[in-house]
Amino acid sequence: MSDLQRPPASGAAWADESDRDRAPARPREHTVVGGDWQELPNVVDDDLMIINMGPQHPSTHGVLRLVLTLDGERILDTRPVIGYLHTGIEKNLEYRPWVQGVTFVTRMDYLAPLHNELAYCLAVEKLLGITGDIPERASALRVLLTEFNRVASHFVWLATGGMELGSTTAMIFGFRERETILDLFEEVSGLRMNHAFIRPGGIAMDLPDGFVPRARTAISALRDRIGEIEDLLTENPIWIERLTGVGLLTAAQCLDWGVTGPVLRSAGVAHDLRKVTPYCGIEQYDFHVPTTDTADAYGRYLIRMEEMRQSLTICEQVLDSLPEGAVMVADAKIAWPAQLALGPDGIGNAQEHIDRIMGKSMEALIHHFKLVTEGFTVPEGQVYAAIESPRGELGYHVTSSGTNKPYRVKVRDPSFLHIGVLPTMSHGLQVADIIVAVASVDPVMGGVDR
Amino acid sequence: MDLVDVAITFAVALGAFALWLVGTALLIWGERRVIALMQTRVGPNRLGPFGLLQTVADGAKLFFKEDIAPRNIDRFVYLGAPFVSATVALVTFAVIPYGGTFQVSGREVTLQVWDPNIGMLWILAMSSLGVYGIFLAGWSSGSKYPLLGGVRSSAQLISYELAMGLSLAAVFIYAGTLQASQIVANQQIPLFELGPIAVPAWHVVPMLPAFVIFFLTSVAETQRPPFDLPEAEGELVAGFHTEYSGAKFAMFFLAEFMNVITFSAVMVTLFFGGPSGPLFGPGWLQALLPTVYFIAKVGIFLFVFIWLRGTLPRMRYDRLMDLGWKVLLPLGLFWVLATGFAVVLRTSTDQGTVLRIAGVGAGVALLLYLAAPLLARRPRRDTQPEPEPEPKFPTPSR
Repeated sequence: MSDLQRPPASGAAWADESDRDRAPARPREHTVVGGDWQELPNVVDDDLMIINMGPQHPSTHGVLRLVLTLDGERILDTRPVIGYLHTGIEKNLEYRPWVQGVTFVTRMDYLAPLHNELAYCLAVEKLLGITGDIPERASALRVLLTEFNRVASHFVWLATGGMELGSTTAMIFGFRERETILDLFEEVSGLRMNHAFIRPGGIAMDLPDGFVPRARTAISALRDRIGEIEDLLTENPIWIERLTGVGLLTAAQCLDWGVTGPVLRSAGVAHDLRKVTPYCGIEQYDFHVPTTDTADAYGRYLIRMEEMRQSLTICEQVLDSLPEGAVMVADAKIAWPAQLALGPDGIGNAQEHIDRIMGKSMEALIHHFKLVTEGFTVPEGQVYAAIESPRGELGYHVTSSGTNKPYRVKVRDPSFLHIGVLPTMSHGLQVADIIVAVASVDPVMGGVDR
Repeated sequence: MDLVDVAITFAVALGAFALWLVGTALLIWGERRVIALMQTRVGPNRLGPFGLLQTVADGAKLFFKEDIAPRNIDRFVYLGAPFVSATVALVTFAVIPYGGTFQVSGREVTLQVWDPNIGMLWILAMSSLGVYGIFLAGWSSGSKYPLLGGVRSSAQLISYELAMGLSLAAVFIYAGTLQASQIVANQQIPLFELGPIAVPAWHVVPMLPAFVIFFLTSVAETQRPPFDLPEAEGELVAGFHTEYSGAKFAMFFLAEFMNVITFSAVMVTLFFGGPSGPLFGPGWLQALLPTVYFIAKVGIFLFVFIWLRGTLPRMRYDRLMDLGWKVLLPLGLFWVLATGFAVVLRTSTDQGTVLRIAGVGAGVALLLYLAAPLLARRPRRDTQPEPEPEPKFPTPSR
């Protein structure tokens, strides 16, 4: 632990008294370096208290552990501890064919499963060199699904954040509206979460019949509900008071720490990968990137609410201009051989396909077998593909050694980087405020630990 | 005083006890149902009609649960704290009249357990004692979250106790008595008459600021949202009762909800005429109606308590203190002075002298108010603003 990080020996080091009861207007410069856990503050002489918030705590978004050094209710030091949800997904990817990777990555940031799938697939497609061959309909549906997913993720953020601030109604509202979107996802992919629906080369199957009008109804319903939530919270004096000036992080600090997403945009930087490096033809839709200059939790709240509206606008435009055609690349050496269909026992391989490989064509059977068990090979090389997930830049650095499995998949998960700035954001706040600060960066531990 | 009197007193006490206990069970059920309605959910609806027996089942479960106590507790205090909370919550309502007066075999029966001439002071005293239950629980648990919760709650309760006492003092000055039955009787006189309807002189009309203060402080005293900081689950897990389980936890739980009912009942007694209301019909109905009015009035306040929880997020600790000390306390002080002035003016025979004294007092107060900024010690500040320091956080090499 460096000297900068060490809490002052007595209360005297605080600039002045007004500093004590309110967060400083300018965030305190604060260095966090890799520290030695043997070095602990002198709790006895300095009247400090070290408290473990988490890994089992109602407000740490799963299993984040924060070791807080407290002076009364003031936080002098925060040390985030991660690893309690380590799943080994990144390592596991190296032992599975490329297509099966989708099933793994969707479980990392479990609130944005489709974003993980999309970023992974974009990277694999880049390696395969088929980025230009993806059918337009597949790209449009990818945009539709990921934008819906963004709204669902923001609803969970609202629900958990509201719950942590004691607003149970916000919690119920958030989860209730999210169900609308999960129902749509279930209709499309058969699963509410962890869809493994976006595959290298396209998407697993086309939309079911009658999906478009139902999606339109859902969008208009969601618009109303977002308005309802805004009525409840945006002007609520306690809500404003709890969020304003909490979790300050300036634009410079955001850039230095690699912070992206709503946290960066709340500091006034209109950086959104959908605009900066558009993917899946998202540049043809009309939307704007909301920003605020407050750099605090309230700004992030406003940004997320507006982003939900913008995402719904995108979804509407996709539905309006949905191109016809295939949803998977034409290359039969990459495209999954079978189309899925609803059978008497649930979703499975389409009956015609089974008839064909089992009854008519030996070559088709061999092809199916090879592609399903062994998978396709990907040329040697390494690429980085990034998209704008609900939490920020979600990047996949994928290396291939030319085999049917990845050599290495390194994920740049925004939550991981955002956990790193918690000490900076929470320095000098109160215990109640760190809850708001954590909620405002919206970390998902599944993505952090991988 | 003979055996019949003893029996009647016992029956009245039993009635109050039953009313409060059943009320608590109904409140817990009602809170869950009402909040569920507000949040488009169903709420408990399985046990009994409309799920009414859910609380009974929950209570039974709690009492049969394994009783876990952590190792490093102060055992005596740890075990005693829930009893303090529950007992204090139970005895508070003894002084509240919950019905009218009627005749039973020639004797006059009043539905009020105890009507001492210090009635309302009893409530203040008991609610102050309630702090001990919470604070001792937080301290004796030997754990950090309960300690923070206990410290928060004792600070919160003591702060709001002051403003609450002041708002009550204004009512006492106005009513000229501390006795609950007298305060109720004082509100029976019609304030003015609108044709056939006589608007009763409920204290809420002349004492509106006192009512507002009392309402806010009672939300804080009962630790209900948005002032539920001692047990802010988002921050302190469960606050002072984190380490409690089973029957001991049930006592805290019971005490909290019972306090909600008690404070609603106090509000009704002090500001909304207690059990009074238009009486009509046969004798038995006339005896019953006051209790019905009382329950209905209390029910409205209980709904407001639940409504608050459904609408508002939790306040922050320091903001809560600001509200108590910087807003409610000065307002309470001012209102006590204003009420005192009005009462003295009304009863005095020499009004000129009263007005002169009050005028001098107001002048001095105004002078002090204007002079306060000059007298206040100003924080020392450097004349030169500090230059912006070089960023100390790691920056990428440029």
